[in-house]
Amino acid sequence: MTDMNMIKALNSALEVQLEKDKNVVIFGEDVGFFGGVFRVTDGLQKKFGEHRVFDSPLAEGGIAAIAMGMGLNGLRPVAEIQFADYIFPAYDQIVNEIAKVRHRSGGEFTAPLTFRTPAGGGIKGGHHHSQSPEAQFTHTPGLKVVYCSTPYNAKGLLTAAIECNDPVIFFEPKRCYRGPFYGDPHNVPTWSGHPDAEVPEGHYIVPLEEARIVREGSACTVIAWGTMVHMCEQAIKDSGIDCELIDLQTLVPWDRDRVVNSIKKTGRCVIVHEAPKTSGFGAEMSASIQERCFYHLEAPIARVTGWDTPFPHTTEWDYIPSPARIAEAIKKTQEE
Amino acid sequence: MTERVTATTKPYTIGRPPFRPGEDADFGGKFTEQPGDLNRPDPANCSAQDTVAHASGLIRVLNDDGVALGEWNPLLDAETLIQGLEYMMRLRIFDDRMIKMQRTGKLSFYMRSFGEEAIAIAQTMALETQDWIFPSYRQPGAQFVRGRDMVSMICHCIGNTEDNVKGRQMPVHYTWKEGRFISISSPVGTQFSQAVGVAMASAYKGDDEVCISWLGDGTSAQGDYHYALNFASTFKPPVILNVVNNQWAISTHANLATGGRTFAERGLAYDIPSFRVDGNDFLALYSVTKWARLRAAAGKGATHIEVYTYRAGGHSSSDDPSVYRPSDEFKHWPGGDPIERLKEHLMKAELWNETRHTALAKKIDDEVMASYKAACEFGDLASGPYPPASTIFTEVYETVPWHVQEQREELGK
Repeated sequence: MTDMNMIKALNSALEVQLEKDKNVVIFGEDVGFFGGVFRVTDGLQKKFGEHRVFDSPLAEGGIAAIAMGMGLNGLRPVAEIQFADYIFPAYDQIVNEIAKVRHRSGGEFTAPLTFRTPAGGGIKGGHHHSQSPEAQFTHTPGLKVVYCSTPYNAKGLLTAAIECNDPVIFFEPKRCYRGPFYGDPHNVPTWSGHPDAEVPEGHYIVPLEEARIVREGSACTVIAWGTMVHMCEQAIKDSGIDCELIDLQTLVPWDRDRVVNSIKKTGRCVIVHEAPKTSGFGAEMSASIQERCFYHLEAPIARVTGWDTPFPHTTEWDYIPSPARIAEAIKKTQEE
Repeated sequence: MTERVTATTKPYTIGRPPFRPGEDADFGGKFTEQPGDLNRPDPANCSAQDTVAHASGLIRVLNDDGVALGEWNPLLDAETLIQGLEYMMRLRIFDDRMIKMQRTGKLSFYMRSFGEEAIAIAQTMALETQDWIFPSYRQPGAQFVRGRDMVSMICHCIGNTEDNVKGRQMPVHYTWKEGRFISISSPVGTQFSQAVGVAMASAYKGDDEVCISWLGDGTSAQGDYHYALNFASTFKPPVILNVVNNQWAISTHANLATGGRTFAERGLAYDIPSFRVDGNDFLALYSVTKWARLRAAAGKGATHIEVYTYRAGGHSSSDDPSVYRPSDEFKHWPGGDPIERLKEHLMKAELWNETRHTALAKKIDDEVMASYKAACEFGDLASGPYPPASTIFTEVYETVPWHVQEQREELGK
């Protein structure tokens, strides 16, 4: 075990994969010599060579299509989209091509590939360095959608994603690269000493399709992913209510049984995500939960989300679901 | 052009920049291309074929001694030249002040135009005031030419209560409709094809307007670059499409952005007259842009320009170029410093001297400092005040729909 921040943990996952499988190649904007604008691929080109870890032209649509082509012909590309906000030029390739090729070819062709992309707010990134577009991809059959939250699950989930034979969109909460975030921008801890920063140096996986119980509790089930997991931890502490916190980890396919069993126990549920509310993944979960837990629910399912607006720059702390807003929603579930 | 260097061609070719940290940045001395090498075709009667040499060569006006030569010399009067120098100096001094603000926590982020000051300034000066500016984040200098108040610009960068875009965008993402300066967006290259649409609207309405847009060498890999050229070729609207080849897209050198030939030459395949111009030569930039405007005004459509320059600074305040290129590389770049080159030209012509230059720099510095202080009166990043949280919910739609209104009430601010 080594104390790693999320960047190091992701780097370690990539390094292990490059060593393990010669078909793994890594490319994207600035990922080669420079090692990525967030340093996730630091040192990998030097160690594994320019043909396995390389800088691509600045064209996300091209990156996605080239990754698909490589995947069709036996490679296992891991491409970086520098910010999730910049994934949209690749949207056609991802939605119409990559997601559907297995199905459209009668199973004859597949494109096993992983798109890593930093997502989410809290870094004063304004409209285009802050969005969390997971729902744009959960709505596309054929894609697996993963959202890590700690160094430990970042490495294990990325390993599972690369080894998965389906295409995976892998979101990394950039606010948490260097430390968990509890909602106070003036007091940001590092990962050092955090139990989830203890990361094995070698190969391991955190299985896709499994949610993680961060904290057991009996009064309310709180579900989150990415940065919001840590915000919810803070909110639960502040609320003084004995909540069960579930880190969903994989959004498609999500761990429905673990979520349903928790809610059958607690009777209450708060879903938290930083993406806008309308058509957010919380809406899908909320609908599925009421289908299966209707007679167990003691209160309406609550959602605490980003607003249905673009992500702001100066006023971002009024946009991101705060521990205070989350705690208030938790308390409200207890009033019913 | 710098010869393209590559790794082994097996299993596939990987481009390399000319130099990496620790290597001597030796570009082999001055440009071989000289002023007078290339003729100036008739803008109202010029085909793409007539610009083949211009697309692979380099249009220059200022020679290595600061003397203006050749058919492309725009023969500007002293007042215009000194005005151009003043705008460039203003942009550099402004940028330096803003980066200091960023370093002391008064801005969240900043992007300088260091080394590329001539581009937006000379090119905007060559246009008419009714022409549309559709910039990337590296052409804020156009606003000085159009007379934007620096206090207003700094308020935007801070994102304070006087920011005209209400704290919604990152610094340097200016919007200024009064100056026909269209809103800057972070996703690279999107403006390029939109600019063609702006020009098509001008043509549709029969207005005497041209639209100018820029994107980077790296960004020219995006689909939007190719959409722009193809639509411009097809519909021939009054548009000026510039690829600013500053050689670096964050850490990615232009050698990794294209497989060869110049960026300008790509335009020939779209049958658009295409020029490669010395981007640190104020006079050459002015002249080529004026040519493009004359062509557009004659109803002949688009011009494609590669502006050959060098990004002397980091991509942004978040970037450290010494990790991926020699830290003194910009000093060896044969294109030199656009401000120094125009200054030298003016001094050679006895239109300028060191005393006036120093006095002007001091005057601008005082104005920038005064503007900075005035802007901070409306709030700074560290201590506010900021635009009200209600600005999150307004102008998402023309009117606020019920679901957004409910969320605003939920926030309670």
